[in-house]
Amino acid sequence: MLPMGFSKLSAVVDVEDEKTMTQEITGAQMTGAEIVLQALKDQGVKEIFGYPGGAVLPIYDELFQQDEIKHVLVRHEQGAVHAAEGYARSSGRVGVALVTSGPGATNTVTGVTDALMDSIPIIVITGQVPTTLIGTDAFQECDTVGITRPCTKHNYLVKDVNDLARIIHEAFYVATHGRPGPVVIDIPKDVQFATGTYTPPEKVRHRTYHPQTEGDPQAIEQAVELMASAKRPIFYTGGGVINSGPAAVAALRALVKATGFPITSTLMGLGAFPASDPQWLGMLGMHGTYEANLAMHDCDVMIAVGARFDDRITGRLDAFSPGSKKIHIDIDPASINKTVQVDIPILGDCGRVLEEMLRLWHEKKAEPDREALKRWWDQIDLWRARQCLAYENRNDVIMPQYAVQRLFALTRDLDPIISTDVGQHQMWVAQFYGFEEPNRLLTSGGLGTMGYGLPAALGAQAANPDKTVICVSGDGSIQMNIQELSTAIQHNLPVKVFLLNNNYLGMVRQWQELLHGNRLSESYVEAQPDFVELARAYRWTGIRVEKPDELDDAIKRMLETEGPVFVNVQVANVANCFPMIPAGHAHNEMILSEEVKSSEEAGV
Amino acid sequence: MNKPATGIPPASTYFMVPESEREEQHTLAVVVDNEPGVLARIIGLFSARGYNIEQLTVSETEHDKGISRITIVCRGTPKILAQIRNQLSRLVPVHSVADLTMEGEPIERELALVKVRGEGDKRIEALRLADAFRARVVDAHTGSFVFEITGKTRKVDQFIQLMKPLGLIEVVRTGIAAISRGPEAMKM
Repeated sequence: MLPMGFSKLSAVVDVEDEKTMTQEITGAQMTGAEIVLQALKDQGVKEIFGYPGGAVLPIYDELFQQDEIKHVLVRHEQGAVHAAEGYARSSGRVGVALVTSGPGATNTVTGVTDALMDSIPIIVITGQVPTTLIGTDAFQECDTVGITRPCTKHNYLVKDVNDLARIIHEAFYVATHGRPGPVVIDIPKDVQFATGTYTPPEKVRHRTYHPQTEGDPQAIEQAVELMASAKRPIFYTGGGVINSGPAAVAALRALVKATGFPITSTLMGLGAFPASDPQWLGMLGMHGTYEANLAMHDCDVMIAVGARFDDRITGRLDAFSPGSKKIHIDIDPASINKTVQVDIPILGDCGRVLEEMLRLWHEKKAEPDREALKRWWDQIDLWRARQCLAYENRNDVIMPQYAVQRLFALTRDLDPIISTDVGQHQMWVAQFYGFEEPNRLLTSGGLGTMGYGLPAALGAQAANPDKTVICVSGDGSIQMNIQELSTAIQHNLPVKVFLLNNNYLGMVRQWQELLHGNRLSESYVEAQPDFVELARAYRWTGIRVEKPDELDDAIKRMLETEGPVFVNVQVANVANCFPMIPAGHAHNEMILSEEVKSSEEAGV
Repeated sequence: MNKPATGIPPASTYFMVPESEREEQHTLAVVVDNEPGVLARIIGLFSARGYNIEQLTVSETEHDKGISRITIVCRGTPKILAQIRNQLSRLVPVHSVADLTMEGEPIERELALVKVRGEGDKRIEALRLADAFRARVVDAHTGSFVFEITGKTRKVDQFIQLMKPLGLIEVVRTGIAAISRGPEAMKM
């Protein structure tokens, strides 16, 4: 560590250097490809994920001739976008992907849609055929802006090289301001070759897009008054808190502590509040905890923060938290009153609003109704006593829940980043892995994209080279982007894959068992590769574990082994993920596992 | 095989409460940056989210600033109409959205060109009615007229109805342009 004074001094010098650099660059003439690289550098980009092709060759040529921006070569363009998402989600910075035209662009669509649904700020730069060929069905031509219009926050086709720098800077602004999201920039090859004027970022101000960040003071005051009068309150928080940044997380934690209210969160919001805290009720929703869902159903004041009342959260809408007054803080006006009508909507950045609420709470010397709150907590404790996540552990075969519990126990001190794919294993991670800090869970919440986990882990590792990054996956999901195993080797990204292998598409099988008369239509994966051998073929370390008493050793070996490690955990093949709110049911109509204590046993 | 199983909850989770509120028709004014694809973005929003669009009028209004104004007549429950406003206002190239119907009864006008073919009494009657509706003759031949009529949608509808038995053969309408009453301009 440098002494404070010294580091400050050097910081000043850096700023000076940047200024002179910028002045030199202002108005500088460059090719389109040079402009792309310069704009990315000016935006602070250090790593990008991509795959070259005919229509982006000029940009790759520039990339080759510089050292500041590192390029991670993926094996499929979808992987590049998920890696950019993992990079963004784990670091709070913008993730960038670079792909070619046509199939390169269409392959990004799933990732781009995923980022839109989960509000992840990423930039996807796509090559395009030369402007003269656009519309002629040229080789590797597709209508990229047309295809990505509904799945981006915004997109651009750059037709004039003089607009290029401005558009790139605008794209970063749009991706990160308001509700974050993906922005696609389509750059024809002739624009990459053409020479034009560079515009530095500070000269760019957006003409139209200026989302409101400060909440309405009157609404905030009403909300604080409502909170102070609550008898059965609950905080329901989402990914918006994490997107808003560390200040929002700190304000949320302080407000929850100051009020003494219980708190639950969506999948995307896990980690914003520490799972070890007694006020934490666990995740809510379809596979949420009994106590979280019943508390949501029975509460009288709900404080929704950066969450969007998704159908997986609300269950049956007309029976959703019927007796509560609802406060909803969100930066996206279209998220307010979309499916659930709320009483006090507050449009603004949740960090700013929470800080203001906290300030008012203290200023008014607000006191919750202690007696009512105690009764509420007594009720919640009775629900908790039923231990809704209980399952029957076995000696002969590894239960998937047990595998996640052991992973948590043996890795928690490392404060790792965990990515997941989609399905049962994802829900078990949400239920059994206790996240203490934000930006540690990378998961596809809105779109539910199988194949997200591995590339997202690679992106997170690139952003956090010193951290342990573990992808918990399933045998179905991992095969949807398994080619990225190769990327990890090429770029020395020592991620760990912890595969819960049950030979089934587990969540599909569970729904078929519970909702479709146990007719297991196409959910059994008969011909499975030997994942350990497959991983070794990709030059990963492969570990196989089949018995519960070998599990801890396998996890330790995974952590101790340098470089990427693939652990195939053979788990019980027909375990179900409970609790579960079946389709079209209310929060108080959960299916619980047989292992859950009855109300009498729990003393309810 | 495909018999519905009894005693099993519905397999779809997408359980939405049916809308029981009454639908209303509103006129929205949307000021946008006139950039490529902006209209596709707005139409795409309506089709992707299942909103009903009844009329759409678009034209550049401030050429030097590159600003266009879109007038949309849409139909929905008050909740859906609020959603439409919010969804429109968060589009990146949108400057502002105003619900003119909510702000008071706006002035709404549309223009139609109406081609009528006929001879003798019918031709005279068409001309006489056009005069009553203050429609102008913009093209005249011995066997046909093209009328230009401006007014509220209902007036244009009425005129077209009257022309039908008199030899109406072709109609083109612009959709409405709408503006609020009083001294205030739309907020940007």
